[in-house]
Amino acid sequence: MRSALVFAALGDETRLLLVAKLSQGRTYSIAQLTEGSGLTRQAITKHLRVLEGVGIVHSVRTGRESLFELDPQPMEEMREYVDRMSAQWDQALGRLKAFVEE
Amino acid sequence: MTDRIEKRIELKAPVSRVWRALTDYREFGEWFRVKLEGPFVVGQVSTGYITHPGYEHVKWHAVVQKMEPERLFSFTWPHPKSFEKGNQPLDYSGEPSTLVEFRLEKIASGTLLVLSESGFDKLPSDRREEAFRRNEGGWKEQMKNIESYVAKKG
Repeated sequence: MRSALVFAALGDETRLLLVAKLSQGRTYSIAQLTEGSGLTRQAITKHLRVLEGVGIVHSVRTGRESLFELDPQPMEEMREYVDRMSAQWDQALGRLKAFVEE
Repeated sequence: MTDRIEKRIELKAPVSRVWRALTDYREFGEWFRVKLEGPFVVGQVSTGYITHPGYEHVKWHAVVQKMEPERLFSFTWPHPKSFEKGNQPLDYSGEPSTLVEFRLEKIASGTLLVLSESGFDKLPSDRREEAFRRNEGGWKEQMKNIESYVAKKG
């Protein structure tokens, strides 16, 4: 149940903005991601590690620097998670209906 | 990304009957399929075990938030990393939680019950609406929403 972690990882403005930038479909260096963010390189790196930790972001080393790219899979899982919870509520409410109407 | 589940259901039973089915811990346990250890008390942790076939090892853990008679019953419950046997957290306090609310309304045919579960992500709500608007177009669409949100934010 990785989804809960994905929710937590996305619950931050800076990380959401990083995801938005990475969603343009190419790889970015830390320098590129730091640019215009108003944050330090260290801060951006820390946020990237959080996203990497839940699998939303992957890094690839090229030469001396790391490039980051987005992996939408965990976020799709998150959506599926909510859909699954939704289906469980449908079932539970169906049982409640039968229970109070009998 | 949807952050909220909402269900509306009409029940052919008086509000008082539905209220009892929701807030009496034994009755709640019947339809929710959970064996609760004691009554619901506002501000207190409710514990027990799921009785749904196949999920009997899963612990029930919730914190009762509000009990406004025949109007509103709510609790928060954690969504831990794992529900696997022997791998559930001992301490739920640090786990991300969602808020579950049952709202009751008297209608001609009985009771309108509105269930909601919210808090699947914890983004500032006004922005999340735009960035994560629910849609059926899949992740690419979601990404467009995020992009335009970012563009707007400039």
